[in-house]
Amino acid sequence: MTVETIDIIREENLVYRKTPALTDNVMHYCPGCSHGVVHKLVAEVIEETGIREQTIGVSPVGCSVLAYNYLDIDWAEAAHGRAPAVATGISRLHPEKYVFTYQGDGDLASIGTAEVMHACNRGENIVIIFVNNAIYGMTGGQMAPTTLVGQVTSTTPYGRDVKLNGFPMKITELLAQLDGTGFVTRQAVHTPLAIRKAKNAIRKAFENTKKDKGTSFIEIVGTCSSGWKMTPVDANRWMVENMFPKYPLGDIKDI
Amino acid sequence: MAEIKLMKGNEVIAEAAIRCGCDGYFGYPITPQSEVMETLMAREPWKETGMVVLQAESEIAAINMVYGAAACGKRAMTSSSSPGISLKQEGLTYLAGAELPCLVVDVVRGGPGLGTIQPAQSDYFQATRGGGHGDYHLLVLAPASVQEMNDFVSLGFDLAFKYRNPVMILADGVIGQMMEKVQLADYSPRWTDDDIERISGKWALTGKKGRDRHVATSLELDSYKQEIFNHKLQAKYRLMQENDARHEELHCEDAEYIFVAYGSSARICQKSIQLCREQGIKAGLFRPVTLYPFPRVPLRALSRRVKGFMAVEMSAGQMVEDVRLTVDANVPVEHFGRYGGVIPTPDEIVEALKKQIISAS
Ligand SMILES: Cc1ncc(C[n+]2csc(CCOP(=O)(O)OP(=O)(O)O)c2C)c(N)n1
Ligand code: SF4
Ligand SMILES: [Mg+2]
Repeated sequence: MTVETIDIIREENLVYRKTPALTDNVMHYCPGCSHGVVHKLVAEVIEETGIREQTIGVSPVGCSVLAYNYLDIDWAEAAHGRAPAVATGISRLHPEKYVFTYQGDGDLASIGTAEVMHACNRGENIVIIFVNNAIYGMTGGQMAPTTLVGQVTSTTPYGRDVKLNGFPMKITELLAQLDGTGFVTRQAVHTPLAIRKAKNAIRKAFENTKKDKGTSFIEIVGTCSSGWKMTPVDANRWMVENMFPKYPLGDIKDI
Repeated sequence: MAEIKLMKGNEVIAEAAIRCGCDGYFGYPITPQSEVMETLMAREPWKETGMVVLQAESEIAAINMVYGAAACGKRAMTSSSSPGISLKQEGLTYLAGAELPCLVVDVVRGGPGLGTIQPAQSDYFQATRGGGHGDYHLLVLAPASVQEMNDFVSLGFDLAFKYRNPVMILADGVIGQMMEKVQLADYSPRWTDDDIERISGKWALTGKKGRDRHVATSLELDSYKQEIFNHKLQAKYRLMQENDARHEELHCEDAEYIFVAYGSSARICQKSIQLCREQGIKAGLFRPVTLYPFPRVPLRALSRRVKGFMAVEMSAGQMVEDVRLTVDANVPVEHFGRYGGVIPTPDEIVEALKKQIISAS
């Protein structure tokens, strides 16, 4: 750093800083991964709404298993897919707390389908953050229920074939059908505008907890550059061109 | 004033949970233990003590709800029967790995598979060996009466928090379904936030306030640290063996032959002892009350002065392995079991003792 730059870094010149709800730990996510951005948004909302001391997170099995190393709040680490049941136990015994799960598409839409369906159907007073990157990132890029038709993964090396593997699952639309959900939305974090919208949705979801509006569900369509075997820039482009038509952004339900 | 009632074992589990200040019960119906949740729902303890009762969508969900509640330092429990306990094994290994205390009741029925709804003791392995993956154990209590169904609920919670480990009450369909006189415990209040802070303030999820964050997890990717954590678990299991292995002896003082049996089988063996003694056979009963830790020390001591042991179980031979591992090698250990939902009679147990041990030696 040149002397001049150091000179500029003064308190009065700072326009942006890391929210204190994020720890100083170096994140393990690959370059271009959506998880890091989503973590930051959740942390900022928790900090800005002043609920850090009353918030308990439930992390999944997936690349975000170590979310508890990055958000400086109390956490429970759940078994694969079971986060909504764990969150139910916490929320029922701590009705005054803000409880949220953070889950990937394999965790939530495959092995944990029953748990998320029934937590949403009971209208558990929790927030569910669902990062859909159309792949199993953590285990090396296998097909997820959300993998697109024709998408190449390590277990669909010739592309997802509906005869063999069925269709991409729009679980968010399914959950919106349930009377227990109050707010269901699909967002993304690939542009500053999208990030701003996603953050507003996350803020609204946490505020809903206070109003006892049932389960708030936020899908974030994200990228997995490593699993997709693309550069971060190409991954964003591929997501806009291929994921958004199948998983259109916007509010699905808001009561 | 102690309240004495005539109640079913399963109903008593529910009543004892409310009275001991349990915070939450999460369950899924299965015969022969559905009365536990039915009793709780009829009692509506949330109006009385604030205890939460929730019917989950599956046993898997129920045990994970327990995990969430337990992580908050609350006294949480679930109950089920054998097929449901198989489903809970995933949750149990996570609870053991995250060192979370909770109470699980297994009212055993015959198997394998869907099996039968009749009583059995064939879940001994999945209860005592750590039925899920990894090197872990539950602390397992085996009630032999409706009274013990009552007593072991609060004892179970005490031991769970003493060791930060899941505790299982391993009953069977007989104990769950039969009615007996029971002296109910007096009410103790549920823990307050201050109590939780005092008892579990070092780890419970209560909201990060003025301290480092708490994380309930069983994940440790560094193998060397994972091994050290496993050492800690093993040390805990050794402490359980030293301090909390429990058993009961009946007529063992002069006994030449000893039945080793727990739960309903121990009750039946009491009658067999009487029949033996009428025929001049000096028989006694060794009843493990904790199945894990297995009461090794007193059983080994007995083995130095008796002529043989007969393990009696409603299984094809599971607890008998622990008996064999415990006693001196030169003392015969035989097994007699009826299983698949069949209950042994006192007479056939006496006949088995005579045939397999007395006339064989
Ligand atoms: C019971 C069980 N089955 C399988 C696994 C292996 N596993 C770990 S993460 C994962 C998939 C995660 O994918 P996703 O939820 O989409 O999260 P991502 O890594 O993509 O964020 C699987 C199958 C496991 N840990 N536990
Ligand atoms: S593998 Fe994919 S989901 Fe996992 S950190 Fe890398 S980019 Fe993110
Ligand atoms: Mg994924």
